Amino acid sequence: MEGDIVQMGAYIGAGLACLGMGGAGIGVGHVAGNYLSGALRNPAAAAGQTAFLFIGIAFAEALGIFSFLVALLLMFAV
Amino acid sequence: MAEANGGLNIRPMDQFRVEPLFGGDYVGMFTITNVTLWMALTVLAVTLIMVVGARGRALVPTRSQSVAEVAYSFIYRMIEDVAGRDGVRFFPYIMTLFMFVLFANLLGLIPWAFTTTSHIAVTAVLALAVFITVTVLGFVLNGAAFLRLFWVDSAPLALRPILALIELISYFVRPVSHSIRLAGAMMAGHAVAKVFAGFAAALGAAFFIPVLAVTALYALELLVAVIQAYVFTILTCVYLKDALHPHH
Repeated sequence: MEGDIVQMGAYIGAGLACLGMGGAGIGVGHVAGNYLSGALRNPAAAAGQTAFLFIGIAFAEALGIFSFLVALLLMFAV
Repeated sequence: MAEANGGLNIRPMDQFRVEPLFGGDYVGMFTITNVTLWMALTVLAVTLIMVVGARGRALVPTRSQSVAEVAYSFIYRMIEDVAGRDGVRFFPYIMTLFMFVLFANLLGLIPWAFTTTSHIAVTAVLALAVFITVTVLGFVLNGAAFLRLFWVDSAPLALRPILALIELISYFVRPVSHSIRLAGAMMAGHAVAKVFAGFAAALGAAFFIPVLAVTALYALELLVAVIQAYVFTILTCVYLKDALHPHH
């Protein structure tokens, strides 16, 4: 019984941890949207900045990955 | 968990199971598994395109030669742009990383194939290799001055110890995010494709709706496979830049 409750808590926690991915989604959208608005203002400079676009996306995404990691740990390791 | 005799029986994670190729259940250190097979195929594919494909060295490249040349100049320019001119010394390593990850991702998209990069164990080794290389390189090239990476000179003095702590944590978290990003993206994409494929089996006559969805998803996954290889490589370049020039 107690193990069931612990498992239930782990599953609920894993589900809650997935909310963090929404934050990562907001962050990635923010980076990409700002890149696009900048690129439309100055299309000539856009091509040179794609590397920074992807680096920015990767860093924003990293925090979503941590929530995914927490979910994985709760599912399989706790 | 889903019952075996239920209507909807989708097991999206089964495709990631590591199994021995030549019978038995035991998976040890040196057992030849499907991971071994697909990694070998990845290396074979990279060798084919980079060595055999580019062998002609024609002035007007053939198709396979131009693929090799595009990949080569793409990575070369990326290292120059992100890590600087002196990062070009590490071109062979970064090129190898890119080609391996790219082809592992792309080969994993073949139906019934095994995606080696969907396993955190595989990507963690790649990311740890980068992390250790970059850290050792930073200390060898800069000595103790490498630690200035964590000491943000442009910040107010009172903030610097706190920033140093944050920088230190973010430095050691790098291999974690570096590896899980790739494995997570690959695993999630393939699992979603499997779930949609399972819908096709369950829907009967309306099977074409999920099949169309899977087709669209497959195109997206092709994009993700290339972008994740690109991101993995460009982050390697960023970490390399920190080792070569540890000043903010």
